[in-house]
Amino acid sequence: MNKSLLVSLGAVCLLVAGCATTYSAAEMEKMARDAVSRSFSEKGIAKKERINQDAINLACSQAEHSGTPLPGDVVRKLEAAEAATIKYPADGKFLGDWKTGERVAQSGAGSTYSDRADSPNGGNCYNCHQISKEEISHGTLGPSLYNYGKLRGNSDAVVKYTWGKIYNAKAFNACTNMPRFGQQGILTEAQMKDLMALLLDPNSPVNK
Amino acid sequence: MLRKHLQAGLCVLALGTAWAGSAMAQSDAEKAIDRYRELVADGNPAELWEAKGEDLWKKKRGPKNASLEQCDLGQGPGVVKGAYVSLPRYFDDVKKVQDLETRLVTCMEQHQGIKAKASVYDRDDHKDIISLVAWIASESRGMPVNLPQGHPEERRMYEMGKSIFFYRAGPYDFACATCHAEDGKRIRLQGLPNLTKNDPAGKAFTSWPAYRVSNSQLWPMQKRLEDCFRQQRFPYVEFGSDVTVALSTYMGVTGKGVKSLAPTIKR
Repeated sequence: MNKSLLVSLGAVCLLVAGCATTYSAAEMEKMARDAVSRSFSEKGIAKKERINQDAINLACSQAEHSGTPLPGDVVRKLEAAEAATIKYPADGKFLGDWKTGERVAQSGAGSTYSDRADSPNGGNCYNCHQISKEEISHGTLGPSLYNYGKLRGNSDAVVKYTWGKIYNAKAFNACTNMPRFGQQGILTEAQMKDLMALLLDPNSPVNK
Repeated sequence: MLRKHLQAGLCVLALGTAWAGSAMAQSDAEKAIDRYRELVADGNPAELWEAKGEDLWKKKRGPKNASLEQCDLGQGPGVVKGAYVSLPRYFDDVKKVQDLETRLVTCMEQHQGIKAKASVYDRDDHKDIISLVAWIASESRGMPVNLPQGHPEERRMYEMGKSIFFYRAGPYDFACATCHAEDGKRIRLQGLPNLTKNDPAGKAFTSWPAYRVSNSQLWPMQKRLEDCFRQQRFPYVEFGSDVTVALSTYMGVTGKGVKSLAPTIKR
């Protein structure tokens, strides 16, 4: 009787994943990763590999889950690796047309599985930032960019920094919420130049 | 009656849009949106789904020519009141944690012999599931969210959901937490609930199913999560997958005690 009770308890244990009521952080992370792997499937342009995490996404996810910020040396190493991905415009021209830039900033389209491969991505900028004063429908996840150029000027250092921030914001702040628009190929070089103009051109409504 | 409410609501929407176009202060724009929400909430078209859902629950259907009145949603066979606010939970008959939508698939098979095709939103048998969810949720209106966490699998799903909530990936590096881990944030003018906190998590959890004015659809939680992941630029999250049930569990447990609002009405 005792033996059969033990056997049935054993069977129950197997069913509830080892009878453990608590798991180590590493075990939990692995179970979550396996669940993600099982739960998503390719659809349209959204291939399955999109669920894979690179080193920086893995590190930031774990830090935010545990509530323990990454150590300084880890942050510096991650940021240096991201900084190395930044490509500056080959022709040395950083500023395009602010009017086109405003359209790129307004658009939140692209890259979902209901989008076509050839439909251009928007910058999603207004989703998170105030930019021009005229557009009151702006998000607050990121800081206000109103008067961006007026406040900072357009020295070479400011221009280069701004390009880098759009190209790969994680070079400056490892776990920022901002996407890596250049590094991930979300925006084209021309689109990023137009956004630069929106932020830095003295004639842009941002700097009025 | 319903139509009259809808027309009034649409008028207010048009007005709200006109105001938003002018150089009005944001706080006033937000107030106008809140006022619009108040007005449309009086006469929620979700009632149409609720009525159909109650009918579907009681109607004899399927190869077994049986109703769902003996379906166990976790409160005992046939008990509907309080079921919505205590799901997802562990079910011994299937040896896993199920949410309301996946539990209904099991019940349709067990009691009616219907092998439900529910993998695509509002298609095949999922049409019926949406209606059933609307009615079952309405039967828990005002009741506090109270997901059980006694079974190890229920605790594991909560922990897994929490981990997935912070999982950054995709071309935009987004996690659920990117938008839903801070107070008082917005995308455009849309307020974002901080789902790591009790009150907003409970309100968000019991906001679905919701009638969406923008597309005249009734969205249950599975669809809400699928569209979140679409906007996160993730691949397609499967109906009833571990990720969806785990995230629902995380949200529901975090929102413990908050009084249920569902079905609600959304822009």
